[in-house]
Amino acid sequence: MSDGADKQNGAEATGRPERPQPQPPGYFEGESITRRRAFEGAVHGLGGLAAAGIVLPAVGFAVAPIFHRGKERWEAVGPTGDFVEDTYRQVVFTETEGIGDAGKTTAYVRRSSKELGEEPGRFVAVSNRCAHLGCPVRFVEAAGNFICPCHGGVYDFQGKRIGGPPVRPLDQFQTRVRGGQVEVGPRFSVTSQLEPVRARDPGEFTGGIWEYLYPPRPSTFPPPSS
Amino acid sequence: MKLDSLIPAPLRKPVKPGEGNGAKGAAPADLKTAPPERPSDAKKLADRAAQAPVDVLAWVDQRTAASGFLTGMLFRKVPKGTNWFYTLGSATMIAFVSQAITGVFLAMFYTPSTTQAYRSISHINNEVFLGQLVHGMHKWGSSLMVILIFLHMGRTFFFGAYKYPRELNWVIGVVLLILTMTMAFTGYLLPFDQRSFWASVVGININGTGPVIGPYLSDFLRAGPELGATTLSRFYAIHMLLVPGAIIALIGAHLYLVVKLGTTAPPWLKAEKPKAAAPVARLDAGADGNGAAPTS
Repeated sequence: MSDGADKQNGAEATGRPERPQPQPPGYFEGESITRRRAFEGAVHGLGGLAAAGIVLPAVGFAVAPIFHRGKERWEAVGPTGDFVEDTYRQVVFTETEGIGDAGKTTAYVRRSSKELGEEPGRFVAVSNRCAHLGCPVRFVEAAGNFICPCHGGVYDFQGKRIGGPPVRPLDQFQTRVRGGQVEVGPRFSVTSQLEPVRARDPGEFTGGIWEYLYPPRPSTFPPPSS
Repeated sequence: MKLDSLIPAPLRKPVKPGEGNGAKGAAPADLKTAPPERPSDAKKLADRAAQAPVDVLAWVDQRTAASGFLTGMLFRKVPKGTNWFYTLGSATMIAFVSQAITGVFLAMFYTPSTTQAYRSISHINNEVFLGQLVHGMHKWGSSLMVILIFLHMGRTFFFGAYKYPRELNWVIGVVLLILTMTMAFTGYLLPFDQRSFWASVVGININGTGPVIGPYLSDFLRAGPELGATTLSRFYAIHMLLVPGAIIALIGAHLYLVVKLGTTAPPWLKAEKPKAAAPVARLDAGADGNGAAPTS
C-alpha cells in the first residue's frame, strides 16, 4: 500500500502541469528580491545598528584603560649623597596616585658600580616587586641578595634571578638627578642580560620570542634608551 | 491523603484514572423529613475565608497556566536509587541564594572606595548590629559554595550524568563554575586590607601569564598598569552586577534542562529488563517484515 502511495506521489511530482504562480501585489518581471525579504533585511539592519549604538560605547568604555597611558611621574627620593655603590637604600614613593598608601611602592636605590660593569655616575633603582607573582621582595644586607617571602624567589645584588620560581630579573625604575636630588620615574623591565625593555607584569618572561608572546602594553612607558 | 488537602487544588497531583471518589452517591432518603441544617452566615463567611487562598491561587493560575508547569516540575519522576548525592546541586544553589541575600545587605553598608572600603568593612564588623554575622556568612559561604560546586561536579562526573543527552548541561555547569570562581576572586579584593590587596595582585598577575592576551587581560582587570582606585570599583561592579545576573540566568537554564531531561540513575543500578510484552496478535505483523508472525 505504501509503495503504491509513493508511486502516486512521484508521478504527481514529475508530471505536474505548469501552473501560473500566484503573484504578490507589486510583482514585476525581473524582480531580484521580494518586498518581504527587503523589509526583513532593513529591520534587522536597523535593529543591529541600534544595538551597536548601545553596546559599542559601553564596551569601549570598559576596555579603554588598556590603551590609556597615565602621566609620567617623577618623585625625589633623597639627595645624591645618600646613596652608595656597595649597598642599597630603601625608598618609598607613590607609583599610583589617588589611592593613598595602597598606591605607594618600594624601590632599592644605589649608585651604579664600575666593578659590575655599569655606566658610572648614574643611579640604579630596583623595584621590590617580585618578578614571579608580584609579592614584595626585600634586600637582605648580609646575603647581598633580594629574597621573596611568598614562594622563595632569590635575586642577586643586581636583581638577576639566582633561585626560585621568578621568570626574569627584578624590574627597575628610571632615575635622574634634578637639583642634587635623585628622582625615580617610570618602571621598566629587563631581560636576563639586564637590557631594558618595556614594563611587563610579574610572571611574564622578557627577551627573545617572549617579547612577542607577552607583547608590551600601551599603558606602559617606553624603556630608557641605553 | 492528608498531604493532598494541604496542596492547593491547581497544584495537586492529578488523580489516576479509576481512583479517587469520582462517583456520586445517592441522595439521603430522609432529605424531606430531616433536612440538613442551613449553614449560618458566620459559617458561610468562614468557609469563604478558608477558601480564599485557593481562590487567589486559582485566579493566578487561570491567567498564567502555571500549575501545569509546576506539577510537571514538582511531581516529576526520579529514577530508582536517587540518593543524598543528588542534593549537592540544590545545596550549591542554596549557597548562592544565601550569598545573594547577605551580599545585598552588605552592599547597604559597604563603600567601594579605596580610602573608605576598609573602614566600611570594619564598621560592618564592629558596629553594625549582627554585621559580623552577616559578613561572616558571606565570607565563609563563598568557600562553601566553591566546595559544594566541586562536589556537585564530582558527583556528575562519577555517576556519568554528563553523558548524552546531558552534555549541554555539563557545559553550562562548567560556565557556572568559572563564574563562581570569578565571584570568589573579585569578592576577595573588596575588604581592601593587606591580604586582599596582595592576593588580588598575585591573582591578576597569574591571569597575565597567559600568552599574547594575558597582559591585556591584566590591564583590563586593573583598569590600568597598576592596581588602583578604578580596580576596586571595577571588581565591585563585576562582583555585584555583572556576574550575579549571568549566574541567575544560567542556573535557570541549568534547572530547565534538569527538569526537561530528567536525572540519571546511579551507575551501580543495573537497567531493568523490559517486561515481556503481552502476546497480542498484531494485525500488521509479518506484513512489513519486521514483526514476528502471530503466535495465536
